[in-house]
Amino acid sequence: MTVIEARDLRKAFGTTIALDGIDLHVEDGRILGLIGPNGAGKTTALNAIVGLSSYNGELRVLGRDPWTQRDQLMNHVCFISDVAVLPRWIKVSQTLDYVAGVHPRFDRRKAESFLSKTNIRNSNRVRELSKGMVAQLHLALVMAIDARLLVLDEPTLGLDILYRKQFYDSLLNDYFDGHRTIVVTTHQVEEIQDVLTDVMFINRGRIAFSSSVDEFESRFLEVSVHPEQLATAHALKPIHERQVFGRSVLLFDRIDRQRLAALGEVHKPSIADLFVAIIGNQMNQAPQAQGAAQ
Amino acid sequence: MSTPPNPPSTSANAVPGTSLESQAISPSLISPGRRFYWSVRRELWENRSIWIAPLAVSALTLLGFLISTFRLPGRMRDALALDPLKLHQLIERPYDFSALLIMGATLLVAIFYCLDALHGERRDRSILFWKSLPISDFATVLSKAAIPLFILPLITFAFTVATQSIIYLINSAVLLGSGLGIAPLWNHLSLFQSWAMLLYHLLAVHSLWYAPFFAWLLMVSAWARRAPFLWAALPLLAIGVVEKIAFSTSYFGAMLLNRIAGAPEGSTATPTAISMAALTPVTLFQFLGSAGLWSGLAVAALFLVIAVRLRQHRQPI
Repeated sequence: MTVIEARDLRKAFGTTIALDGIDLHVEDGRILGLIGPNGAGKTTALNAIVGLSSYNGELRVLGRDPWTQRDQLMNHVCFISDVAVLPRWIKVSQTLDYVAGVHPRFDRRKAESFLSKTNIRNSNRVRELSKGMVAQLHLALVMAIDARLLVLDEPTLGLDILYRKQFYDSLLNDYFDGHRTIVVTTHQVEEIQDVLTDVMFINRGRIAFSSSVDEFESRFLEVSVHPEQLATAHALKPIHERQVFGRSVLLFDRIDRQRLAALGEVHKPSIADLFVAIIGNQMNQAPQAQGAAQ
Repeated sequence: MSTPPNPPSTSANAVPGTSLESQAISPSLISPGRRFYWSVRRELWENRSIWIAPLAVSALTLLGFLISTFRLPGRMRDALALDPLKLHQLIERPYDFSALLIMGATLLVAIFYCLDALHGERRDRSILFWKSLPISDFATVLSKAAIPLFILPLITFAFTVATQSIIYLINSAVLLGSGLGIAPLWNHLSLFQSWAMLLYHLLAVHSLWYAPFFAWLLMVSAWARRAPFLWAALPLLAIGVVEKIAFSTSYFGAMLLNRIAGAPEGSTATPTAISMAALTPVTLFQFLGSAGLWSGLAVAALFLVIAVRLRQHRQPI
């Protein structure tokens, strides 16, 4: 089943173009990581998907238009947009009461059992909790909702590494069941690499790269090239080159592993490596392209 | 769906056909009434001044009244010797006074509530949480409008009735104890009648007649990025000033004053004064049929519709 279907999604704020024609097709059971530099349009795209902002182009989430049918959609979609958006005045027990009062698919016992594993007490007000605990509370509320799609926009920004790790661990172990769909953006790419099934890079409002993690792993290889093999290696057209301890590390797309093994030590690149390669290349090319056009 | 969900271990209980998909399509099980109820409760949690302010005012009036009762029998004796009008005033004063104070307090609460209602949630970014729940902007704005239009008038009524009942009990006890008897109190006071008038006044004036004011404040609070109080007040002032300079008239100002003080076109149709006359069927029908009431409600509805649209479009600030 298709969860998100977008065609030529566009959005501009005044003269600033945030989304410059994005196509998106997300099936259920996927965990999609949306990765991009600051101001790339990630949040704009997610806001359109959860009905927080208007858009141009075609967009259907679970068959609905999120902008005009946000309230119905929220019966099946959950989102955490930014950390610490829970109101500071509310008590933990009141968040449970309220969500149980308005959400048909909220399982209060589930939320309470998540919370019982934390230091959060029912009588606490949100303002008394640390940033990490607020994130835990929000996650407990969201995980207790039986939703089809969960959208997370920088859900762990500003949290320390223990909370971040715990956050994604509970998400995978206690929430993800193989049928739900999760879309997540974050700057800490390395931390969610093992979680994702799909990855998408966004830059300047466009999709720069899109692939399943399986495909990514079979396509890309990095080689720490022996100096004497450098010329041969360059002939294979690496997509990126960086220097590590005085040796060239080259990133190759769709080159046979055997051939690369002759050039040096081969290893699998991380998503972050590929991100730096692709987005870094784009960032460098853009000014040159502009200069050439003039 | 390509892969079926894992069968639960207690497969004997599994109902055929309850696949994930049929669950997803099933309509929401929560009625609009229940969502509205929880939305209003949420407002009461956040804005505790809604009941703390009238409670504090009630307590203060009771305290003041309690101190004054020590002098009550003496003043009563003096007044009994004088004309009945003075006695009437003496007896009625604490009752009117408490009602007026509570009403003033809740009116202030209503104004500040409205200015913050759709502004505060954007300021503290909690709108991002509220919008992640299946409640429409329309239902949210409606539940927020219900606070000044229904909840606060009812709270005012409840606190006034409670305060006046306590005053009445203390009054009676003091008068009985001093040997004056409670006859003067009974003769000059008809609490139930005044309570009926109060309720009518609250619903007719504070909800219906003042509705455009509250709706205006809500709309401004949904629109303003900062200082909603100034944005609510200054445009009204500006319109009045421009009108004065351009046309040397002051219809706009007069219209606003009429709305606040009541009595449009000098008729008795607006029951701003709490009087028994307002409760007669004739004046009641006059009020319900007055153009002023309905045009006001139409304006209020327009402001609220705009507030709903604004809440949909506005981002956190």
